[in-house]
Amino acid sequence: MSGALTAVVVVLAVLTAVFALVDVARDRDPGWLTAGALAVLDVALLVQAVVGLVKLGQTDRQVSGFPFSAYLIGAVLIPPIAFVWAATERSRWGTAVIVVGALAAIAVESRLDQIWTG
Amino acid sequence: MTSEQVAGTLRSGPGRVLVAVYALFAVAATGRSAYQLSVQASEAPVPYTLSLVAALIYIAATVALVRGGPTWRRVAWSACGTELVGVLVVGTVSVLVDFPDQTVWSGYGSGYGFVPLVLPMFGLAWLWRTRTVGVDPSHG
Repeated sequence: MSGALTAVVVVLAVLTAVFALVDVARDRDPGWLTAGALAVLDVALLVQAVVGLVKLGQTDRQVSGFPFSAYLIGAVLIPPIAFVWAATERSRWGTAVIVVGALAAIAVESRLDQIWTG
Repeated sequence: MTSEQVAGTLRSGPGRVLVAVYALFAVAATGRSAYQLSVQASEAPVPYTLSLVAALIYIAATVALVRGGPTWRRVAWSACGTELVGVLVVGTVSVLVDFPDQTVWSGYGSGYGFVPLVLPMFGLAWLWRTRTVGVDPSHG
């Protein structure tokens, strides 16, 4: 796997979580900074999914292909699902859902790394 | 309050976050345990089966919290209660006996940042806090 890509995703997820936490502390809907960070995070996850699947096809090492692909693709779905579930609750609790989504993305990165390194 | 509002109570406010975490664990635990059981069941059948049981409870809790209403509230109580007992029992057993592989609940959910231990507590607390809003006398 690409270590640089993983680092980018983790940094973006941390940023998203921090921006969302600031919105939660202010008791407001997700601001443009939070929504923007979440969108950029999703783009990074999409790039990672494509790169990861290509690398999975090329590697000679023993990598559990099914869980690896499932985590790669599942991760891309986290931001949009978190956004929809957050947007239908107009309070700080909706914004807190985005924090959960960002932390989930970090957890997925850790799992992807575990599976890739075996 | 209309019945629609009563039914929606469990998934509103803090419940929105609760549902998000439960749904996350439902998907993650179901996928992982189903995969482990189908590919490597012989390695550790008991832990993987336990993980699948945990996964089914997460699904039940998620659905119950989203649906709301008296009946689903009872399901949510059972699911969160079973989950708390499960994580405490399996957590304790996993500390005493060396489990051949990690489950969602081994080490009191230490492999998942102890979220499996804290989640049912928040779930039960949330059900307790919203109890007067519900129309279920048996848990009122």
